[in-house]
Amino acid sequence: MEKRVTFRGWLLPFLLIAPQVAISAIFFFYPAGQAIWQSLFIPDPFGLSSQFVGLGNFEFLLGDRYYRAAFGTTAIFSILVTVFSMIPALFLAVTADRLIKGSGVYRTMLIWPYAVAPAIAGVLWLFMFNTRVGVVSWYLGNLGYDWNHVLNGGEAMGLVAVASAWGRISYNFLFFYAALQAVPRSVIEAAAIDGARFWRRFFTIVLPLLSPTTFFLLVVNIVYSFFETFGVIHTITSGGPQQSTTILVYKVFSDGFVGQDLGSSSAQSVILLIVVGLLTIFQFKFIEKRVHY
Amino acid sequence: MANDVQGMVEKRGAGLWLTHVFMIFGVLVIFFPIWLAFVASTVSQADIVSPPMPLLPGDKFLENYSAALFSGVNVPVTTMLFNSLIMAIGIAVGKIVISLLSAFAIVYFRFPCRTMFFWMIFLTLMLPVEVRIVPTYEVVAGFGMLNSYGGLIFPLIASATATFLFRQFFLTIPDELAEAARVDGARPMRFFWDIVLPMSRTNIAALFVILFIYGWNQYLWPLLITTDPEMNTIVMGIKQMFPSGDDFANWPVILATSILAMIPPVIVVISMQRLFIRGLVDSEK
Repeated sequence: MEKRVTFRGWLLPFLLIAPQVAISAIFFFYPAGQAIWQSLFIPDPFGLSSQFVGLGNFEFLLGDRYYRAAFGTTAIFSILVTVFSMIPALFLAVTADRLIKGSGVYRTMLIWPYAVAPAIAGVLWLFMFNTRVGVVSWYLGNLGYDWNHVLNGGEAMGLVAVASAWGRISYNFLFFYAALQAVPRSVIEAAAIDGARFWRRFFTIVLPLLSPTTFFLLVVNIVYSFFETFGVIHTITSGGPQQSTTILVYKVFSDGFVGQDLGSSSAQSVILLIVVGLLTIFQFKFIEKRVHY
Repeated sequence: MANDVQGMVEKRGAGLWLTHVFMIFGVLVIFFPIWLAFVASTVSQADIVSPPMPLLPGDKFLENYSAALFSGVNVPVTTMLFNSLIMAIGIAVGKIVISLLSAFAIVYFRFPCRTMFFWMIFLTLMLPVEVRIVPTYEVVAGFGMLNSYGGLIFPLIASATATFLFRQFFLTIPDELAEAARVDGARPMRFFWDIVLPMSRTNIAALFVILFIYGWNQYLWPLLITTDPEMNTIVMGIKQMFPSGDDFANWPVILATSILAMIPPVIVVISMQRLFIRGLVDSEK
């Protein structure tokens, strides 16, 4: 879509667009280009010179046991986060939607956690499950279950996934609730007159009508779990134990800043860049469809 | 009849109460981590290190919060709160200003390379800062912007979401307005100030809420570039409060800091709920 009425002149628009173009160039395009460039080199241990290795870094990464493991970890983690955050949100939204009065109050109570930073969420959940002082781990111990996410990789994964999903429940709730409110009352009432009970109405009418929202949230939550959960993982497990919670973004950080392996870290950035690109294209394609739904 | 149908769809009587019970249960479960942190921030360290800790607030509220605010662990929390505030406002205002200007240029002018610039900005949608941390860090270090507000703010402004939002909105402004302004001989910037900006008020406010929270909650970027505790933001500073060895963390002070860290964004979300929801929905479209 274009405007029919525009203003003349070219100096003014250049000046107007200059700040954004400059910032994008300096802090976005140049670093992204650097990442691609550096991914083709291996710097020597002293950082004095570097050797061109072509796609060597990528070849190494794809053959690397730890990197492949990080891919698997990311997949499991993002599935867990998506499931843990979307299903409770859908339940709460469906319940709230059945209330005529008071749902606004519940909504206010439920959007709180969205404002809590992932890193803070990490601290709160770490506190509950702390092996020495945690309340939940203490009660689990009393029930005969010895909780120890510091040693047990599976428990560590569960904990970071739940802590990451927690704040997202609010977000998903808002979208599900808005979508439910938009379902035409008359359709539901017609089904009710025809004798369809709640669950039947839910599965045959409501859920299909929610599918665009569900699909949209699926993509958004996966992107969230890929990139924005760094704070949760860093505060709770720092990627451990034995890298069992090292997702791809965490590995870019730990190889680049802790391990100082710039070539590999850059190559990982480039791979992530491709992954984000694909996810974005996927999302845009879907949004095109959503308009015509 | 109408009432009967409504009765089938909406809950009445016992069913209504069950629904409320279910909602309250959900709210309580979601709330529990925050409640526990609040309780822990009002009791003494001794209460916490001998589990289970109490589940009702203690009497150390003032003590813990003033310890956090005025001495902290590495640096007083007031300093970190101030840094976070500057960063969050800087990011929100910065993004809104540069996006308003560039969207105005893209929508209301035809100039050379317009499409190229448009795609250039569009591409930045795709790459979160987490993905390009190492080279971005080098750029910021090269400018000598480590441990500075500029270093905290600028790299996070380079994103196109806001530009797109404003572009979409400007396209809905009736052409007659621009036509009238042109006939009256108004210069473009006059049109921008008198018409476009006032009309965008709600969008700007909604976006501000979202961007403020986004900026406030940043973790990885401040972690990398603020090595000086004086420049720590509160969200990343909390992790620095944990002891590195096997010592017990000072939980009451750490959790008091966590509560303090969530108060500003929570106030923003709750008090501007309608704008917040609007901003959320808009910025995801």
